[in-house]
Amino acid sequence: MQQTATKTLEVLAPSEAPENPAYIRFLRYHFWYGAAQALHGIDLDIPEKRVTALIGPSGCGKSTLLRNINRMNDLIDGVRHTGDLILGAHSVYDPSVEVIGLRKRVGMVFQKSNPFPKSIYENVIFALRMAGRTDRRLLDETVEKSLRDAALWDEVKDRLHESALGLSGGQQQRLCIARAVANRPEVLLMDEPCSALDPIATGKVEELMHELKKNYTIVIVTHNMQQAARVSDFTAFFYLGRLVEFNPTATIFLNPSQKRTEDYISGRFG
Amino acid sequence: MSEHPPPSTGSPGEAWVWFAGLGLVTGLAMVLGLLAVITWNGLGVFWPKDILKVDFKEGSAAGIGGAPALLGELIKTQERKMGQAPGQPLPMEWQVFTGNKDRYGQMFKYFDAAEIASHSKPAGVARVERLEYGPALGFPRSLNQDDGGVLPATDATFEKKLREAISGQRALRRDLRRVEKNEIGAVNARIESLRLKAKRLERNPGDPAKRAEIQRKIDAAQTEYEALSARAREIRGRKSGARLVLALGTGEESEVPVGQIVDTWRPNDMNAAQKTGHFLAAIGSYIVDEPREANTEGGVFPAIFGTFVMTLLMSLAVMPFGVVAAIYLREYAHQGSFVRGVRIAVNNLAGVPSIVYGVFGLGFFVYVIGGSLDRLFFADRLPSPTFGTGGLLWAALTLALMTVPVVIVSTEEALAAVSRGVREGALACGASKWQTIRSVVLPAAAPGMLTGLILAMARGAGEVAPLMIVGVVKLAPELPIDGLFPFIHLERKFMHLGFHIYDLGFQSPDSEAAKPMVFATTLLLIALVVALNAGAILLRNRLRKKLATGAF
Repeated sequence: MQQTATKTLEVLAPSEAPENPAYIRFLRYHFWYGAAQALHGIDLDIPEKRVTALIGPSGCGKSTLLRNINRMNDLIDGVRHTGDLILGAHSVYDPSVEVIGLRKRVGMVFQKSNPFPKSIYENVIFALRMAGRTDRRLLDETVEKSLRDAALWDEVKDRLHESALGLSGGQQQRLCIARAVANRPEVLLMDEPCSALDPIATGKVEELMHELKKNYTIVIVTHNMQQAARVSDFTAFFYLGRLVEFNPTATIFLNPSQKRTEDYISGRFG
Repeated sequence: MSEHPPPSTGSPGEAWVWFAGLGLVTGLAMVLGLLAVITWNGLGVFWPKDILKVDFKEGSAAGIGGAPALLGELIKTQERKMGQAPGQPLPMEWQVFTGNKDRYGQMFKYFDAAEIASHSKPAGVARVERLEYGPALGFPRSLNQDDGGVLPATDATFEKKLREAISGQRALRRDLRRVEKNEIGAVNARIESLRLKAKRLERNPGDPAKRAEIQRKIDAAQTEYEALSARAREIRGRKSGARLVLALGTGEESEVPVGQIVDTWRPNDMNAAQKTGHFLAAIGSYIVDEPREANTEGGVFPAIFGTFVMTLLMSLAVMPFGVVAAIYLREYAHQGSFVRGVRIAVNNLAGVPSIVYGVFGLGFFVYVIGGSLDRLFFADRLPSPTFGTGGLLWAALTLALMTVPVVIVSTEEALAAVSRGVREGALACGASKWQTIRSVVLPAAAPGMLTGLILAMARGAGEVAPLMIVGVVKLAPELPIDGLFPFIHLERKFMHLGFHIYDLGFQSPDSEAAKPMVFATTLLLIALVVALNAGAILLRNRLRKKLATGAF
């Protein structure tokens, strides 16, 4: 697992490779929605316990890439892929891997907060309930720990059994983060988690990512360059379904090796 | 003022706003008008009407049998359209309710207003509700008691004695009914089931001791029956022979057996408060009493009960079917041309005439399923059918079939309205598809499903045509739920308010007398539908509050 990012595009200098072992690896990964190809030959190693940001203009395939890590795209008719995607030690497409089991290992936070029409408590322990866990003490502990992880505990500890839909937008998104980490996943996927939040809520979520990366491998899709610069350790720039550059975030923002990356980051296109 | 056009010309398209508003107003006016007519006429039945004494002009032949006067309640005045030469002004005529059908042969009388010399509201005139022949109107003269004693109406204790006699007889009737219906009914049911057992044993002869045992039980029950019917005879024997003598408006006297009197009151002597009290009491007894006189009098309790139970059963049957079908159509089925076709077919099912469902229910539920059930489980009772004839269960299932498209359509819409984000959130938590549907999608869609139930109940409760061939009867001797095992008798025929309306209005021997009851029953049916819907709406609002979503 001491594999580095040498398999990405050749522009990536080996000296700038991630120091942590790769946890998620895309190997010559192609992906199609029906006849439309969304991803072209992606080779990408996402390091463990780091925040990796995926950036690029709309339609560049970054969300598609993210949603393939927990196979959410399987829900869409007519999708197919070639190449491989390895999570930890196994391919996510390995016949022995159950999609449901995979999703328990990979938490996901969506662009729009999507609390369930249930109480705050039930929202957090949803994954455990689905797994059939009924131990009351375990559930209580999980709720407190997850809400503390998501920096929401102090705000909601007195109304755990009220509807989650009564929370503010920022609180709802942090609740979704709490829900995603309740199952102690290995990876946390975040699909533009702050795009519908105000700056204060965004700040809280970003702080949270700093805390969470101690335990989780985080992959975040964002349109916000400043956010990518603030929160991520590594940044991958995508364009038209291809990985253009993958480097430590400082390198990408200060000294990009690709002209297109520089153009995009400096706002000349996209 | 400026170069802007004055506001009176309106903004473009404002005419359409007015047009749309006009449409709404027209619709509302029609609905409210209908409700107002029904409410006014329906409630008017229970208000004690003044009784007029009409004196005819000298030599007029307008009175009943040529009598110079009559007593009656004014029903309406109208122009007489018949028997008049063209061009002549139409004379006004009165319709009065005279009651005393046993004497006059009819209860209503029409006569020309021109024949009236004078009319007044005499004090002391009484309206006497009877078990038979409808009400009697007249001046109470005396109470001829059993022992031959005559208590004149002028006596101070007359009113009190009369009331005592009436309530005594009422208690007697109640006792008799309890014995005849409940106790004898229970014994009869027991004898019936013992006979069936005996019949079964006869067919495959087994233990003779067992047969003797059953025969012994039958004999014991028979003895019990004899005792009960002796008691019923004894109660009947206690019936008072007392008679209330009335002086009718036409001059003669009429005797009403006290045992026949349901209630009596003197509307002309009542003040507004007394009338209101009478009005409320009359509504109460209308709701809780059983019908009399071919349903034209008394209450409608069995019909209310039948409608209520049938609608609840229908809801219980339609919800699971509709919801499961909608879940499959929306969540699992491949959204292709086949599913589209199914959806169109479901929508069109809602337009099939309800009588077609009735015929289907008769053919499929009653004859096929009911007939098979009878052969399998109730073979001893054949040839008399148990489930192989119309009944509560088949009526509820037929209506459930009729309303299932409504539930499917609204459930599908409610499911479609559950956002993709929430579903993906659940799946991303490691929930399976079914877990997602059960724990996230269905709760979020529940208010929309209840909307479907509300629509289905409104349609089902008001439906009559299919019921007429799958189990509704004019008069059901027993309620579908009672104290006899197994308590809920799904095979029994039942009464229904909608059918009651039809029966009163179009099948009753005296449609004039039944007309007010048509309005009252209609009002009650509407009230029942509103009450059922209010229950479902309350449930929906509670769910919505719990979910804090308001998008349905």
